[in-house]
Amino acid sequence: MADATANAHKRHGSLTQVDPRTRRRNAAEARFKAYGLAAIALGIFFLVVLAFSIIRSGVPAFTTTVVSLEMNVSPAEIDQAESGMLKTAAYTKLFIAQLGSQMQEQGIGGEVDPEAIGRILGKVGNDLRAFYQANPDAVGEPVDFTVNASSRVDGYFKGRVTREGLVDSRFLVATDLDVVDQLTEAGIITRQFDWGFLLGKDAGVDNPGGAGIGASVLGSFFMMLVVLVLSLPIGVAASIYLEEFAPKNRFTDIIEVNISNLAAVPSIVFGILGLAVFIQFASLPQSAPLVGGLVLTLMTLPTIIISTRASLKAVPPSIRDAALGVGASKMQAVFHHVLPLAAPGILTGTIIGLAQALGETAPLLLIGMVGFVAREFPTGFWDGFVEPNSAMPAQIYTWAARSDVAFYEKAWGGIIVLLVFLLIMNAIAIVLRRRFERRW
Amino acid sequence: MNDMRPLERIVDTDNIKISAKGCQVYYGETHAIKDVDVQIEDNTVTAFIGPSGCGKSTFLRCLNRMNDTIDICRVEGEILLDGENIYDKKVDPVQLRAKVGMVFQKPNPFPKSIYDNIAYGPRIHGLAKSKADLDVIVEKSLRRGAIWDEVKDRLDKPGTGLSGGQQQRLCIARAVATEPEVLLMDEPCSALDPIATSQVEELIDELRTQYSVVIVTHSMQQAARVSQKTAFFHLGNLVEFGETGQIFTNPTDPRTESYISGRIG
Repeated sequence: MADATANAHKRHGSLTQVDPRTRRRNAAEARFKAYGLAAIALGIFFLVVLAFSIIRSGVPAFTTTVVSLEMNVSPAEIDQAESGMLKTAAYTKLFIAQLGSQMQEQGIGGEVDPEAIGRILGKVGNDLRAFYQANPDAVGEPVDFTVNASSRVDGYFKGRVTREGLVDSRFLVATDLDVVDQLTEAGIITRQFDWGFLLGKDAGVDNPGGAGIGASVLGSFFMMLVVLVLSLPIGVAASIYLEEFAPKNRFTDIIEVNISNLAAVPSIVFGILGLAVFIQFASLPQSAPLVGGLVLTLMTLPTIIISTRASLKAVPPSIRDAALGVGASKMQAVFHHVLPLAAPGILTGTIIGLAQALGETAPLLLIGMVGFVAREFPTGFWDGFVEPNSAMPAQIYTWAARSDVAFYEKAWGGIIVLLVFLLIMNAIAIVLRRRFERRW
Repeated sequence: MNDMRPLERIVDTDNIKISAKGCQVYYGETHAIKDVDVQIEDNTVTAFIGPSGCGKSTFLRCLNRMNDTIDICRVEGEILLDGENIYDKKVDPVQLRAKVGMVFQKPNPFPKSIYDNIAYGPRIHGLAKSKADLDVIVEKSLRRGAIWDEVKDRLDKPGTGLSGGQQQRLCIARAVATEPEVLLMDEPCSALDPIATSQVEELIDELRTQYSVVIVTHSMQQAARVSQKTAFFHLGNLVEFGETGQIFTNPTDPRTESYISGRIG
């Protein structure tokens, strides 16, 4: 009996010695922590690789190789160029002639070969003609021009085209590179930051140097305006009704399940729906940011509704009781007390939904907002909604699909621009959440 | 009360404020309150006691129709406030709740300033015509809530920054700011320490002079200390209702006696 009592007090061994069971449990915990660390390390590794490759491939898109020349065109030459059939080609010839004579003065490239100069230059005729049409006074005066070199010369400076790897073609032959080197030494060919890439519009498939993402940034901007103006009020109103006012019955259950399902519907389905409903049935203009915005609104609504309902649910019921207890109506309780507390969550959800919509490509392709449509800037604020345009991701997709390697570089550059916009939006989300989050 | 309306005086000889007749409450299939008849007097503290889940809080929430917010809850029978059935179709629960204020178990100030906590009710009911009016109401309410001296220098500070006992008194002040006639309190002291509890209890006794107070409590000592009438609920039934002194010293029902002496509950 005395032994039993003594044993009862010594059921456990010494605390300083770890028993096998505890050791196994500790080992399991240590292993689990190691797995977690490994997973995070792997994630960070891939993120770094991704960021590095994007930056390495995309940064060259922000610089361009240009040819600078002081030109002096006489009225007679202009008249002659305008009278022919191929007007832009005539302007190109004028530029080549003046560049050739300047090269001869400086003793570059020996015998002047207009075809070789033509291979070095990008598409210059269009820009020249546009300039002289806009500034008739400049005819007969010396004018400084900075025009793009051809995409292969640009590639030569960016390491894409090498002397060894160059196959002579009608686009560029090996001896042209000697001329390029001499022009570079003379300061006629230089590299500079390419504002045209950020601010310009898309160019033809044969003119990668002239392509810019500016027009499709505007397209994305007008689309996002439509999405914000439509999806935020509709989404928040729907969530408030479903969460605070709607009776809980079969019908609202079905609605609830379907909203969750809608969030998982592939975006291309929304695209073809937009094509059928907005363009074919409602006869809205094709390729218009308005239609793109409508389609993306449909896509964003479930995201906004789900996150808004979650943040409404997270507001403690005691706040509703308190408001109702002092005689507030249900609507007053919601708008005066519940909504302000849910605002940070609603804003975060909305911005995440917008960011998702900003990066969406597939539905835009179906409603005609493909990259090559972004050839003109919108003519005014309201026209921006209905005039044909593209959006950043669709523009990037179009560039990536083009055969000229220089466009591939532009696609990487476009991705950097897109990511910068997404980072800005996420930063805004964080700032807004900090500002509104006053849980006192 | 100097009520000269002849008809009501015949019925309400004892100054009845609220009178429930055959009140039934169902939560879906569950019959939570069974046939309760009770008469609550003006200028009196009435305590509802009973074991957990006996329906005392449910019945309290019927008195200002807070149960309306629960979809599956259904109330039958009559509850008369000043002779008017509050479950009548013509009655707007919002107006009713301005007349029957409520203080909850957990202090639940709004996450706003102390001033705005008090001013919210008067604002939505249009009780103040000007900022000066509102200032007067806020001060009066905070004084009635016995918290004015502690917060008068920091009215613009958040109400949630106060201690638990102060928060509960703030909630009481918020409830009286809308000038109710009845004050319902659902275990107002269960989250408070003994000192804060005694402060709130003193306050309840003062409030009795102006309101009809109904308090749900788990503490029988508290019921005995603050109330004049006590109702004992058990399993959804109102077992016994009477003078507090009589309930605690000489209960007529054996279940009441068992509960009070600690044998059930």
